[in-house]
Amino acid sequence: MVTENDVQHIADLADVGIGGEELGTFTHQFNAILEYFDILDRVEGSGEVTRDLYNILREDEVEPSLSQEEVLRNAPATEDGFIKAPRVM
Amino acid sequence: MAGTITFEPEDRYNAFLTHGKNVSHGSGKLAGVAVAIKDNITTKDIETTCASKILKGYVPPYDAHVIGLLKAEGAAIVGKTNMDEFGMGSSTENSAFGPTLNPCDTSRVPGGSSGGSAAAVAAGMVRMALGSDTGGSIRCPASFCGIVGLKPSYGRVSRYGLIAYSNSLEQIGPLGKTTTDVSTLMSVIAGYDRHDTTSQNKPYNHTPDAKIKGLKIGIPQEYFGKGVDPQVGDVVKRAIGRLEELGATTVPCSIPSMEYALAAYYVTCTCEASSNLARFDGVRYGPAPDTKKPWHDAYTEVRSAAFGTEVRRRIMLGTFALSSGYYGKYYAKAQVARANVRADFNRIFKDVDVIAGPTMPTVAFRLKEKSDPLSMYLADILTVPANLAGIPAISVPCGKSEGMPVGLQIMGRMFEDERIVDVAYAYEQAVS
Repeated sequence: MVTENDVQHIADLADVGIGGEELGTFTHQFNAILEYFDILDRVEGSGEVTRDLYNILREDEVEPSLSQEEVLRNAPATEDGFIKAPRVM
Repeated sequence: MAGTITFEPEDRYNAFLTHGKNVSHGSGKLAGVAVAIKDNITTKDIETTCASKILKGYVPPYDAHVIGLLKAEGAAIVGKTNMDEFGMGSSTENSAFGPTLNPCDTSRVPGGSSGGSAAAVAAGMVRMALGSDTGGSIRCPASFCGIVGLKPSYGRVSRYGLIAYSNSLEQIGPLGKTTTDVSTLMSVIAGYDRHDTTSQNKPYNHTPDAKIKGLKIGIPQEYFGKGVDPQVGDVVKRAIGRLEELGATTVPCSIPSMEYALAAYYVTCTCEASSNLARFDGVRYGPAPDTKKPWHDAYTEVRSAAFGTEVRRRIMLGTFALSSGYYGKYYAKAQVARANVRADFNRIFKDVDVIAGPTMPTVAFRLKEKSDPLSMYLADILTVPANLAGIPAISVPCGKSEGMPVGLQIMGRMFEDERIVDVAYAYEQAVS
């Protein structure tokens, strides 16, 4: 069982916000979904899955790319050719 | 011949989010053919929103690889179609711009998440369309709207420019009224692309062939069991009977991992979504965050206002499942489950050439009928196994139940997309 506090904590971690009546509804729905996920407890074995898959990587070569103007075109706030973001510190 | 087509559809179903009026095109295999594009596929200079407010106004500066291929063959990219926000849903009701209606019955959903693409084809507004399929998002609306839809083998079609929701599961694929159209569109979009690290060098150059004499078809008991509407099951069984009349033989089989496949799917896709959708914060595109506020506050403001409920729910589920103390219980187990699904298919495909069953457990449900998220998730039970295994799967219309279309799903061995197209084509030819 997850509590409303747990759901609030997850919403904070994910920066998606939650509040008011929504918290109760989400918690209720979360528990129903997680209860359904419990069926995975019947799966035997841990996470060590052997796969016949491998990474395909290429050389990091410099190629023609988008212009600065094109890259900035969708940014809501720019300054001196840079994108403005909220302060992190 | 290159030229311009006029595109003025009467869009009574809210299939399109954006469309052009006079659309130019080049020459080639698809010269002048109107093709609609799901709105999570990046189109240069055409607004691309994923049906989300967080991308409202976003005009990409580049084309997805598949769009370049379509243009090179002369297709007219006429518009962008409605969808469940970021592909998260099975009804196209989770669009920030209103639901798409099913052209067969406007009180019902068209399926999802590629509901706009399916409705546009079913209503005759375009001859073909691109969708994307993470857990059934091409096959579900194809089934509900009575058209053909193909989820290609994972890696056959480049995902470069497909706005990511769940990378390890999703593929771009074609929708059309006929298997021939779907096959033609597949031949244009398949092939190697160095910009997608999961791309395979497996081009598709195939003309559908209706000869299926001697074909062995596996019939999994789980596809006709609990949760599947018996009337839908009967329609599909009759369709399989037609394939037998054409010389195919059927073999009963079982996919025991179906028991937990849906849970494995939802754990995997929500985990991947929680990571993928972290990029939407309004900084490089989207609604502006308040740059004066601390970043958690600023991003939370943007994301809580601009993401829909289902998107926030899935981000939170994924965040939870990946969090310390729960990873082993959810994500790690889901990956073992996924390997078991793949092993089940490998075992069955040693004895049979293709597997057949219903695409969806029911016909199209009514708008707002599935308000509980878990009940909506359960609708994907028959489509997610193919995504977990990476194998190709096609849905072809095979009759009606309650007056609504039913889809026959045919799944094939990895990279044997051609064979399932042939089976769908054989059925289509036999009944037309």
